[in-house]
Amino acid sequence: MARMKFLCDADRCIECNACVTACKNEHEVPWGINRRRVVTLNDGKPGERSVSMACMHCTDAPCAAVCPVNCFYTTADAVVLHSKDLCIGCGYCFYACPFGAPQYPKVGNFGSRGKMDKCTFCAGGPEADNSKEEFEKYGANRLAEGKLPLCAEMCSTKSLLAGDSDVIAQIYKERVSKRGYGSGAWGWQTAYKETIAT
Amino acid sequence: MSKLVAHMRLIAGALALAFMVAISAPVSAQQPSSVNPTADAVKEQQLLQQLKAIQGRGTIPDVKSYTIEHPAGREWQQFHNVTLRWIGGIAILGMLALLLIFYLWRGMVMIKSGRSGRKIVRFNAFERFVHWMTATCFIILAISGLNITFGRPLFAATVGSEAFTTWSEWAKYAHNYLSFPFTIGVVLIFLMWIGGNIPNSIDVEWFKRGGGIVGDDHPPAYRFNGGQKAIYWIVVLGGAGVAITGYVLMFPFYGTGIDSMQYAQMIHAVVAMLFVAAMLGHIYIGTIGMEGAFEAMGEGTVDINWAKEHHSLWLEDEMGRNPKGARAQPAE
Repeated sequence: MARMKFLCDADRCIECNACVTACKNEHEVPWGINRRRVVTLNDGKPGERSVSMACMHCTDAPCAAVCPVNCFYTTADAVVLHSKDLCIGCGYCFYACPFGAPQYPKVGNFGSRGKMDKCTFCAGGPEADNSKEEFEKYGANRLAEGKLPLCAEMCSTKSLLAGDSDVIAQIYKERVSKRGYGSGAWGWQTAYKETIAT
Repeated sequence: MSKLVAHMRLIAGALALAFMVAISAPVSAQQPSSVNPTADAVKEQQLLQQLKAIQGRGTIPDVKSYTIEHPAGREWQQFHNVTLRWIGGIAILGMLALLLIFYLWRGMVMIKSGRSGRKIVRFNAFERFVHWMTATCFIILAISGLNITFGRPLFAATVGSEAFTTWSEWAKYAHNYLSFPFTIGVVLIFLMWIGGNIPNSIDVEWFKRGGGIVGDDHPPAYRFNGGQKAIYWIVVLGGAGVAITGYVLMFPFYGTGIDSMQYAQMIHAVVAMLFVAAMLGHIYIGTIGMEGAFEAMGEGTVDINWAKEHHSLWLEDEMGRNPKGARAQPAE
């Protein structure tokens, strides 16, 4: 099976936010929840750089490790998913996540959190593939249809790559060798304890 | 003359041309085949080493999302899954083991001179109400809190995911809402018993003589002895600690960042584990550890002989204030 990963080529990201919009629209993500976002470092200064970030579907995912009710599971494609039926909204996965991926709808008063929501790598949840229940809880299941995540598919500069680790790493390496520079696969060392030499 | 000048100009021009060709050759050789336009842009490893997190500017209202990488989450994971379980396990199981060994060795501390049948009021109805309100909340908070740390490895697989989630969700609600009466209880305990709980020289003497627990001695004590004062301050300070950090956790990111949330959880959990261990000792001495102790908080009265042995100075004060014998009650 594939080992699905995201790779943001930060030398190409132009902060157009198409990935963010595509994600929100494809999964009908509610207001206040962002499964993906683009952050600009050194904004407006020399050396500015933008990176698109979402759940990185870590190896030995910290969220899954700290979850008190064990609501996470990893698919055969190494995508980290969770069950909203089991989630109790404790917020621990956010404390453990190195990428700030888990999101919580605000329900009731104070800081009370609803069921956690995060990027599914467009792979839905535990319900039957592309069922109504699955869509309502987790959004579209593009992987089950043989499609890759929409954020990467829509990326106007092909900065954001999504797919099997070996394939996207190869694409990135070829780019780097052709253009002569690259800033590395952002987040890979933290998420997978491996990186792509540039 | 003009011919010579023209000649020299030609030579100078040729030399200059030769010089330019000579210096331009290595320059063109050094020119890279491509230019890196982002050579001086920020680098991931450099940012992580310098700042421990990568933050920038986003375009959505949620400022937490402006941090794109924060590897310290892995360290918090290590604390939550390994360190905390060791701390909690050693503190709680260690305390239970100590109490069991102590009980087998010492047994129940009896009233040496037997019951007199005369009773004296020790805690009034309000004091008992506050104690039991706080105690009930504490027990539920302790169980629902321990569930977050130990529930998954101990029970989740046995009871099944669905049942465990249902129970954990109720436990979470109980934990959040009962924090309010618990906090009120700790504040009231602090205010109503502060008078008798200032440590003094009598406590030093009391501890030196083993508090009447370790040996057969009965060192004098006022209303609260050294051990009870220790419990009082554990409740007040520990209660304040878990309440403050608990409310930080209950109101996530209200003026706190990810680091302070992680620290709040760590302090909350460690203080709570030690608090539970200390309260096990308190429960022991108030029930099976000592004859005549439970009724102080149960019915509010204690036997005069119990008071004589454990709180001699307090009994003298009470008797002095009310020579008829406090509120002497007939034996049942």
